[in-house]
Amino acid sequence: MNFLDQIWLIPLFPLFGAALMFLFGKKLDPQPASDVALAPGLAEPHGHGAGAHHHPASPLKWLIDVICPGMVLLSFLFSVGAVWQLRQLPVRIHQVIQFTWIAGMPFHMANGHLATFQADWGFLLDPLSSVMILVVTGIGFLIHVYSTGYMAHDNGYYRFFGYLNLFVFFMLMLVLANNYMLLFVGWEGVGLCSYLLIGFYFHKKSAGDAGKKAFIVNRVGDAGFILGMLLMMSVLGTVRFIDVKSILSSGQFHAETAGFGVLSAMAVLLFFGATGKSAQVPLYIWLPDAMEGPTPVSALIHAATMVTAGVYMVARSAALFQLTPSASTVVAVVGAFTAILAATIALVQNDIKRVLAYSTVSQLGYMFLALGVGAYWVAIFHLFTHAFFKALLFLGSGSVIHAVGGEQDMRKMGGLKDKIPITHWTMFIGSVAIAGIPGLAGFFSKDEILWQAYSSPGGSKMLWFVGLATAGLTAFYMWRLMNLTFYGKSRVAAGTHVHESPASMTVPLILLAAGSVLAGWLGTPKLWGLTWRFHAFETWLAPSFRAAATEAAKEGPHDASLEWVLMGLSVAIAIIGITIARYFYHHKPEIPDSIEKAVKPLHALLYNKWYVDEIYDFLFVNGLCKGGGLALGAFDRNVVDGGVNGAGWLTRFSSKVSIWWDTWIVDGTVRFTAFFVKLLSYPACLLQTGRVQSYAFFVVLGVLAAFGYYIAR
Amino acid sequence: MHPVTTIHYLVLSAALLLIGTVGVLTRRNIVVVLMSIELILNAVNINLVAFSHALNNINGQVFAVFVITDAVAEAAVGLGILIALFRNKETVRADEIDLLKW
Repeated sequence: MNFLDQIWLIPLFPLFGAALMFLFGKKLDPQPASDVALAPGLAEPHGHGAGAHHHPASPLKWLIDVICPGMVLLSFLFSVGAVWQLRQLPVRIHQVIQFTWIAGMPFHMANGHLATFQADWGFLLDPLSSVMILVVTGIGFLIHVYSTGYMAHDNGYYRFFGYLNLFVFFMLMLVLANNYMLLFVGWEGVGLCSYLLIGFYFHKKSAGDAGKKAFIVNRVGDAGFILGMLLMMSVLGTVRFIDVKSILSSGQFHAETAGFGVLSAMAVLLFFGATGKSAQVPLYIWLPDAMEGPTPVSALIHAATMVTAGVYMVARSAALFQLTPSASTVVAVVGAFTAILAATIALVQNDIKRVLAYSTVSQLGYMFLALGVGAYWVAIFHLFTHAFFKALLFLGSGSVIHAVGGEQDMRKMGGLKDKIPITHWTMFIGSVAIAGIPGLAGFFSKDEILWQAYSSPGGSKMLWFVGLATAGLTAFYMWRLMNLTFYGKSRVAAGTHVHESPASMTVPLILLAAGSVLAGWLGTPKLWGLTWRFHAFETWLAPSFRAAATEAAKEGPHDASLEWVLMGLSVAIAIIGITIARYFYHHKPEIPDSIEKAVKPLHALLYNKWYVDEIYDFLFVNGLCKGGGLALGAFDRNVVDGGVNGAGWLTRFSSKVSIWWDTWIVDGTVRFTAFFVKLLSYPACLLQTGRVQSYAFFVVLGVLAAFGYYIAR
Repeated sequence: MHPVTTIHYLVLSAALLLIGTVGVLTRRNIVVVLMSIELILNAVNINLVAFSHALNNINGQVFAVFVITDAVAEAAVGLGILIALFRNKETVRADEIDLLKW
């Protein structure tokens, strides 16, 4: 079977699953309507104590468990097949254009040339997208399986899986698209699914608000993406990845040419789009709030896959960023700044999922740091390892929350180590991996990022130092999380039945833990001198970033001892972070409190996330929106209403003139005529009044006249 | 003391005639109009009796008796009509009785 040509099937399977869920899901898992109304009690509605909310499982519910993870598994198998066949090709790039979406629109490019714009429904499988589809379908499948256990008692079971499958479809469209337009379709689609799933518990106002926040903040970034894409269209005349790459690497654009500034603008705009989707400064604020969604969603969308879309997109635009060092510097600086900012916030958060959310933001910052210094394969490598251990940590935290009946506050956990051993050990592995202890996945990718930040042409000591500090903070907050959750005395609320999760949840945890250990061995440092298989990752991705590879080759004399020193430093700082956290939160739990008291303002600053939300509220929500609203209101009242009122006044005025004319001139003429006639006729009227007495009066007058005549004669 | 002469009678008669005529012409109440007509007739009677006395001729007085009879008949017929009218129109004002006017 030729998987390469049937590549369109890969995204189609989950779409089919989603369609089945939306069309027939309600029949498979009917919901008593009253359950939705019971909402207020369902904070994280898997607490087993809350039995009142459960309803007997429908006999057909198992079909959902089979269909939805099954579809993703099919996608995964097809992906493996396709990647295997891709490996056999002499040139590892395969483009399938199914049909044309936007057919040849002629238009004038910025330089006056006539170009034909075209966008297809086409798929591009190359080393970069092959890594992405394996991550999306592989991790996605494990999280689907986990969800069948985690969401088992939730209402809207089919709805959840429908959204999840739809998400996988859009994510696969995003990473398999062969042009920016189609990538943008997936980009928006995953944004939609993210919104739907964050707001999955839509009866909770905070969840609905978080969904809206995520959607709106992403829109801001999308504006940058669209502008960058339009600029690309008008400057390069195409949005197809292969064409863009060949135009950019043809040498048409040089630092000296006039087109250079345009390229920088294009790159920065695209990166701005990435900051929205991948939660970087200044648009990272939506991701921590996105933890309102069910925990598997946090793991799949807001840790392992969707948020890495920005990283993927920038890596996909590597040819562009290679030409624009200034834009790359922006990427690196923003990445480093995000990494350390988020890490400092994570130090003091008490909600277990929020710590992990800020950790995700921080790790994404690492990836952008790597992209910015030109180490594209390292960014993708970190994306790959991070997908394992962060999905593991999120799913583990979900298992913990499940165990303690929906509690997310770490201050109310503690001492869970022996009660939920599988969760504990898998999370332990995840934490070691993210902290950067040698031998586990996180060490290899993070250390490579730090080395590249230090040594590559785009890097600097400052970027390296920020990255190193972040590594120390990461180790600290992860061990704070582990200590507060698993070790020490139990602070779990009395009466909670702490229990290990079912196999559907623990098996994915174990598999992800295995991945967190092994994934890193695909990219060991060259320094270690292992066989090629142990740095297969770089070799595999090299064709996607060929220009970058040649850049990297020029990194100068390889200072082996320096690299050893730096590696030692990063391991040392990780161990120091772990030790301090262990000492603070295990041996002397009173120390953190006294520190907290000693530096009250600093703690408040960190705990309140540097007040960034408040500042944004002040600047944008209140400042811009409300100010804009006021301005619009004033405009409405004065200009629009003024126009209407003015027109009204004019009408009234002219009608008054008209009334005056009618009353005095037209009516006046008529009335005067009538009056005149009446005046003339008055004497005649007197002759015939119909009154006998007036007739008699005339008779008397006549008689008197007759007498007068005779007398006067 | 001056004797009462014919002139005095004629002046009284003329005064009654004038009052009666103005009453007929100006008053709207038909009862008053009828009373004014009686005044006119009585002014005539005074004239007839005065001249009969002055000329020493009994014909005038006889004629006056006829006039009184006539006045009685006229008053009876007029008031009868008036009552019939009042029953239909509930008014005795001459200007409100205008059925024949269009």
